[in-house]
Amino acid sequence: METNDRYEIRLAGEGGQGLILAGLILAEAAAVYDGKNAVQTQSYGPEARGGASKAEVVISDGVIDYPKVIAADLLLCMSQEACSKYVYGMKKNGILIVDSVHVDRVPTSRAYMIPITKIAEEATGRRITANIVALGLIVGLTGVVSRKAIEAAVRARAPKGTEALNLKALEAGLAEAERIRAEAERGQSVPIRAS
Amino acid sequence: MRRYEENRMYRYLRRHKKFPNVWCPGCGIGIVMGALIRAIDRLGWEKDDIAMVSGIGCSGRMPVYMDFNTMHTTHGRALAFATGLKMVKPKMHVIAIMGDGDVLAIGGNHFIHAARRNIGITSIVINNSIYGMTGGQYSPTTPTGSLATTAPYGNIDQPFPICELAIAAGATFVARGTVYHAVELDRLIEKALLHEGFSVVEAVSYCHTTFGRINKLGTAVDMLRWQKENSVTREAAAKMTPEQLQGKIVRGIFHEREFPEYTAAYAKIVEQAMAAQRKA
Amino acid sequence: MAARLMQGNEACVEGALAAGCRFFAGYPITPSSEIAELLSRRLPQVGGYFIQMEDEIASIAAVIGASVGGVKAMTATSGPGFSLMQENIGYAAMAEIPCVIVNVQRTGPSTGLPTKPAQGDVMQARWGTHGDHPIIVLSPSSVMETFLLTVRAFNLSEKYRSPVILLMDEVVGHMRERVELPPPESLEITNRVAAHVPPEWYFPFEDPSTDVPPLAPFGEGYRYHITGLFHDRAGFPTERVDEIDAWIARAFGRIEQHRQDIISYEEDVPAGSRVLVVAYGATARSARHAVKLARAKRYKVGFLKLETIWPFPEEATERLARQCKRVIVPEMNLGQLALEVERVVGRQKVRRVNLANGEMITPQQILAAIEEK
Repeated sequence: METNDRYEIRLAGEGGQGLILAGLILAEAAAVYDGKNAVQTQSYGPEARGGASKAEVVISDGVIDYPKVIAADLLLCMSQEACSKYVYGMKKNGILIVDSVHVDRVPTSRAYMIPITKIAEEATGRRITANIVALGLIVGLTGVVSRKAIEAAVRARAPKGTEALNLKALEAGLAEAERIRAEAERGQSVPIRAS
Repeated sequence: MRRYEENRMYRYLRRHKKFPNVWCPGCGIGIVMGALIRAIDRLGWEKDDIAMVSGIGCSGRMPVYMDFNTMHTTHGRALAFATGLKMVKPKMHVIAIMGDGDVLAIGGNHFIHAARRNIGITSIVINNSIYGMTGGQYSPTTPTGSLATTAPYGNIDQPFPICELAIAAGATFVARGTVYHAVELDRLIEKALLHEGFSVVEAVSYCHTTFGRINKLGTAVDMLRWQKENSVTREAAAKMTPEQLQGKIVRGIFHEREFPEYTAAYAKIVEQAMAAQRKA
Repeated sequence: MAARLMQGNEACVEGALAAGCRFFAGYPITPSSEIAELLSRRLPQVGGYFIQMEDEIASIAAVIGASVGGVKAMTATSGPGFSLMQENIGYAAMAEIPCVIVNVQRTGPSTGLPTKPAQGDVMQARWGTHGDHPIIVLSPSSVMETFLLTVRAFNLSEKYRSPVILLMDEVVGHMRERVELPPPESLEITNRVAAHVPPEWYFPFEDPSTDVPPLAPFGEGYRYHITGLFHDRAGFPTERVDEIDAWIARAFGRIEQHRQDIISYEEDVPAGSRVLVVAYGATARSARHAVKLARAKRYKVGFLKLETIWPFPEEATERLARQCKRVIVPEMNLGQLALEVERVVGRQKVRRVNLANGEMITPQQILAAIEEK
């Protein structure tokens, strides 16, 4: 059934965090570089900076009809407001990633609490690359698109002159995902890391 | 007396089709039309190369009589239509014929922005200080204190000074004439037509049917005589005191300056973009 | 062409350029601004013209002016700007000037929800300007369809000398999807019929054998008059009833006679369907999803996706609804095209599903309507 073959991703936070760009890159990685179908939609307020902002990506091998997320397979929250609003709109086994720099109250124990913004700052010196670090985490933890595809998409969409910087951010996200997976394999059942 | 075939007027009129015209006997709009024809005739322009665009009102009916490419558009929008046409046909001579209510009230925004762009359109604003076609309601150029069918107690608005407004908005040629000084008017229009950028000629006319009647100003001839007696050239005005100039119409060219014409400036952008495209 | 991730508004731009659009005038407004931004860059690259006007009234006026100059022209806007454009959309209809108006719908009325989707302008697109006139309105539901319907909008506009409205919505306009655009040479492009007769024989508003009179561009030897007044075959104002009736007959006749050519839709109605879902625009995506879910539950459901919404595809709706007990019409408004469906199939058959709060209708909401007894 085509309609079940959907991987639904919701990236939520505030305007200015680059979530719509992150959604675009993820969709492009799937659609152009991995040859799947992908639809990216967005929802944002009238503010250019600071208002609620959300990007959604649906990835499928088949036809994608409804372009928005029905119940997220993966939810990324970059603000407390986003987390409180969307955490219940997830699939039972959905993965929740929150930026622990911005979110401290998570109403579930099944969450990856990762200081995404801090990792970005450490890796590139630029907080603004947190969205790309998040992409590295998503790809590393879910494998929803290939590593090659996400690298190509980041390279293609990064503003001219910032390609290396953004790839560094992606790398930092992927490495963090790797570390978490290794931890999980060592038997630490709840993959939470306090910030 | 020349036969009509030899009269240059008839070379530019759709004479078999649309006459007599809609204007009241004695109206000044016909004089502006005559001045425009004389100016165009002197320039020797091809009729095919001329587009005339108008809005709504008495002035808006002028294009129908003229044997050019003519477009009678919606109220106040003549310059917006003309802008699209001029963009894609930059070599055409685009003339916008507008009334005071048409271009300054409902079309005021288009007027100041066309001026700001300095697009090569010649604007002829026929100012009769009233909405004539709809029956004498006060317009943006009705003098303070005058009566109108919607100002039965007298108009409390200030009139727009058309030329000053055009200059402030960025027009690069601005002149004013009156229909009484018809020969002078066609010289002003000729200069405006030759100007590369956005040019404005305020043709001061009158409406004896509404404004004149309501304000008891007499016949068309009386109103023409008033123009004769109450207007001065710019040169004469320079020697007069503000008190002496009170209530006088000043005629002449008020502003003329060089600034890149819009379609010429845009052509450079096209050239640049196409060259970059070829390289890539 | 290679697969790309493309936004709906970008696909509209690609479609316009492929169709031969060389003039754009517009005014910034969410959620359509990407169309203007992209065309400001792209049009000069192909020798075309872009201008940002002082408002939407001026934008559509400039578009008509450019079209009279012989250039395929369009504007793009959203609800508040679309309201302002009505006056000159009427002019284009009256003067029979081809032009394309894109409306990326957002939630209204008034400023409403500038960044949220809606389908609230369906009736305004049909009846927004005063007086009676025909109009063609197309509504895409995907990025690819936006490309194709933009091309079609220009083709229909030039062919029938009529304004054509492309009614998009925020979802489709901002959505990014994987598309492979067809190679330009594979597209069928319609150009305006040129005038061939000597100028003295030319009547721009005549009723010729081809039923759409040629429109000669200004400046090419045919000096004629265009007006928003009722006019005779030469374009001169008239108040003669016989000439006015001739205009009405011709204007409506040429759309009516070519319904087959103008109307497009997609039907997926298996024999024995008991329920028909009729949808258009972004909502068609939810509807198709819902139909698949329902069929998995063994409901007998048919689906009609409309691409042309005006003139309303009444023959198709009537034919497909005949075998069904119920017709479901989901729309991001409080029931606009549903009025047409009700007119055609009868009120008692129709179940409306409406949402006008800026949210997209979900497949589950439509599924629930399908499952109702």
